[in-house]
Amino acid sequence: MSDAGITVGAAAPAAGERTASAHAPRQWGRFFHWMVEANVVMVTALAIFSGLFVGAILIIVTQPNVLHAWAGLFSHPGTTVSVTFFTVGDAYRDLFTGSLGDPFVFGHAIRTGQGWTQALTPISETLLYASPLCLAGLGVGLGFRTGMFNIGGQGQLIGGAMAASYVGFEINPPAIIHIPLCILAGFAGGVVVGFVPGFLKARTGAHEVIVTIMLNYVMLNLLVLALTTQPFQQPGQQNAVGRTIFGGAQLPRIFGHNLRVNLGVLIAVACALGVSWLLRRGTLGFGFRVVGANPNAARVAGINIRRATILVLVISGGLCGLAGMTSLCGADYFLSSGYGGTVGFDCITVALLGRNRPIGIVLGSLLFAALNVGGRYMQASTGIPLDLASVIQAIIVFFVATPGLVNEVYRLRGMNVGQGLLTRGWAA
Amino acid sequence: MKLELSGITKTFGSLVADDHVDLSVEPGEIHALLGENGAGKTTLMNVLFGLMHPDSGEIALDGEVLQFPHPGAAVRHGIGMVHQHFMLVPVFTVAENVVLGFEPTHRFGLLDRRKARAEIRRISEEFGLEVDPDAVVEELPVGVQQRVEILKALSRDAQLLILDEPTSVLTPQETEALFEIMRSLAASGRSILFITHKLKEVLAVADRITVMRLGAVIGTTTPQTTTESELASMMVGRSVELVVRKEPARPKDVVLAVEDLTVEDLRGLTVVDHTSFDVRAGEILALAGVQGNGQTEIEEALCGLVEVVAGKVVLLGRDVTHATPRARLRAGVAHIPEDRVRDGLVVSMTIADNLILDVFDVAPHARFGARKLGEIKRSGDEKLRDFDIRANSIDMLVSTLSGGNQQKVIVARELSRPTTLLVAAQPTRGLDVGSIEYVHRRIVEERDRGAAVLIISSELDEVLALGDRIAVIYRGRIMDIVDPSVGREKIGLLMAGVTDDGRGTGPPIVTTAPGVGA
Repeated sequence: MSDAGITVGAAAPAAGERTASAHAPRQWGRFFHWMVEANVVMVTALAIFSGLFVGAILIIVTQPNVLHAWAGLFSHPGTTVSVTFFTVGDAYRDLFTGSLGDPFVFGHAIRTGQGWTQALTPISETLLYASPLCLAGLGVGLGFRTGMFNIGGQGQLIGGAMAASYVGFEINPPAIIHIPLCILAGFAGGVVVGFVPGFLKARTGAHEVIVTIMLNYVMLNLLVLALTTQPFQQPGQQNAVGRTIFGGAQLPRIFGHNLRVNLGVLIAVACALGVSWLLRRGTLGFGFRVVGANPNAARVAGINIRRATILVLVISGGLCGLAGMTSLCGADYFLSSGYGGTVGFDCITVALLGRNRPIGIVLGSLLFAALNVGGRYMQASTGIPLDLASVIQAIIVFFVATPGLVNEVYRLRGMNVGQGLLTRGWAA
Repeated sequence: MKLELSGITKTFGSLVADDHVDLSVEPGEIHALLGENGAGKTTLMNVLFGLMHPDSGEIALDGEVLQFPHPGAAVRHGIGMVHQHFMLVPVFTVAENVVLGFEPTHRFGLLDRRKARAEIRRISEEFGLEVDPDAVVEELPVGVQQRVEILKALSRDAQLLILDEPTSVLTPQETEALFEIMRSLAASGRSILFITHKLKEVLAVADRITVMRLGAVIGTTTPQTTTESELASMMVGRSVELVVRKEPARPKDVVLAVEDLTVEDLRGLTVVDHTSFDVRAGEILALAGVQGNGQTEIEEALCGLVEVVAGKVVLLGRDVTHATPRARLRAGVAHIPEDRVRDGLVVSMTIADNLILDVFDVAPHARFGARKLGEIKRSGDEKLRDFDIRANSIDMLVSTLSGGNQQKVIVARELSRPTTLLVAAQPTRGLDVGSIEYVHRRIVEERDRGAAVLIISSELDEVLALGDRIAVIYRGRIMDIVDPSVGREKIGLLMAGVTDDGRGTGPPIVTTAPGVGA
């Protein structure tokens, strides 16, 4: 009797509390925490599928030859089907081979021992592109886990790249010393930029979203200023182009000179492992998670929220700084205006896609990099614009962020998808 | 109006909230619906009021089977609901609140205030509900605000009034006044459904009593043919002990001394007003008072969660007025917060993690900044056993636990550290009877072990059962510190701000919204 009482009675108040809390204003932290806890694999897989599906429809309605074939749907239905099928198929094949490699080229390389460079170039490019995305994604993801919405990835990335570049062109010690110095400088550059919103939030309560967004503008324009003045500007240049770093500061390529993939990938992997350890095993990371999941309880439990706020934004900024360092010292070797492009924002979507977990962020950055690298190849070979890859990326994230929609579209049963949570999270 | 519910079933996933519930209310009857949290009372009322739709079953009013797709339909059919948490606009007047949504207007669409006022006077006089139509709601005491809610329902011509836990925010005297109103409403032929978990009130006011447990109706009885302990065992499903057994206290040295403590809220209003008291080792001081009279702020001031404007908090002779929460925890302050889900737990984390929430970074749970997962698991399993937390494993999320077991997680965490002072706010709110017994026993044990205990509670029964001394707070001031033997009546008067000279000191300042309950 009493046993049954406990089991059933246990569920009822829990249900009641859910409904009660459904109306309470939510905090960012809860939302991001939910992003970590909700059903991961199924929603993500379906989201990727949805992205590719919508992408296919876009190919059909934007490619003239396919549209032409559809015009003859009733006179030549076979042609319509085959043209549609082959155009979409070609596009996605190019997306795949352009990012991961062509199986036939691989086969040739294995048989003859020749042409390995050609076979491996797509993967190398994907990894190269993924490293900064992954690092910055880890940074903002760590912030999200703590309830900090760090939109300042771009500014912090520029900070890291500027610091690394300065160390890279200003001094010229042997590589064994120069590279660690650049890594440190990159991290420190991001830390400085991340410290500002952290300090302001802890001291005055200034919202980190606004401060980090504004700092993006500050850093973008500071970069332009630096690139048009000494010591950053390339000597003899009128344009905003930075000085090239010394060879000793350039990250060594790890699979031969012809493949651009370099030490930056290992740095990204090491950071992913580090962040993973921090969140699982580190007391610091535990505090971050508690602050992110329930700041009230954190305060009552004696956790210093100001300290956590500053620390998490500093570490987050440092990781974004490392992202800037790896792309500067690993691929570009000199600064240009608008450095980093959209990586500072793409990393936010990568973090969301990876549900703020290190392993998810690693996989998410690989997917995004593959779509980008493959998309370029697709554009070159089929003429379908690179923008299609961006659309697919956007739709994937769109579905990941609204699992209720996935539930609606695919009629999933018995899944904890937490409909409506997203809007509450953002409204709070 | 006669209400008949037959075979109402409502499920949430695998959870059956209401299982073929039958219930009838006669015209002019006060019908009490009694049950613990999670028994399905509120779900049943939400179904009746059109807020939820039953999976099966019928609702009939005066023999006519009806369906309420939304609360508006229920209101049109003469059902009125007074929610546990009032649905009033604080900055509007009583008249404006009452007519909100059904405003009488002039020809040009302007609000006809005169008509609104007249309407309220008419209803007030008819049922003896004294309210000034022009008073601003936020300036009224809680008991009067509740009257406004009842007025609102009556002005929509409610023939069946649902009162959801109406007494949880009232003083004993206000409760008595509410009962008078309920009786006069019933005398006019209106039906009243009175939802509660308080046995004494049911026996005092109801004509018939229906007891629910685990979503099912256990039985219907009348106050004349039942007793408190019989109702309690119907509610819980086994016989329960209604009193806390404890030896007389043996107070020793002063552990906590609060001197002249003053706290302001965010608007700069004084909510704790030059308050002084002390708690000795080996005694329980119960702080009694109607919710929102400064208790929460005292709790926060003791635990370092709010800035103190003036006065001192002295713990074991050390001034800790401005010490951090962490420093106080390390000094042996155990804290059971008022709102366990908001302040006491991270419900999206595991039991193991919640059990070390305030000691996660010190030995033996961590070393050199690394958590020792093996040790966390070992000590977690131990606490799960010692504190009788009903869960399959410590890796379960706290959100999957019942309220009682969630509270046990907090109790386990707080009482596993060496405790010199235990501050427990509303320690049994929303818990089932079994868990209440358990938490009370643990608190008394902590006292007997030599800790100083401060209980903050708005439940008079709890205050009387646990307190060795009772401090009554009203508008941020301690009215008096009395022995429990002075009786409910005297304490009730003190809670309403009435001292021995018989004069009241005005309405209470509502400093915090009533806590969220199930």
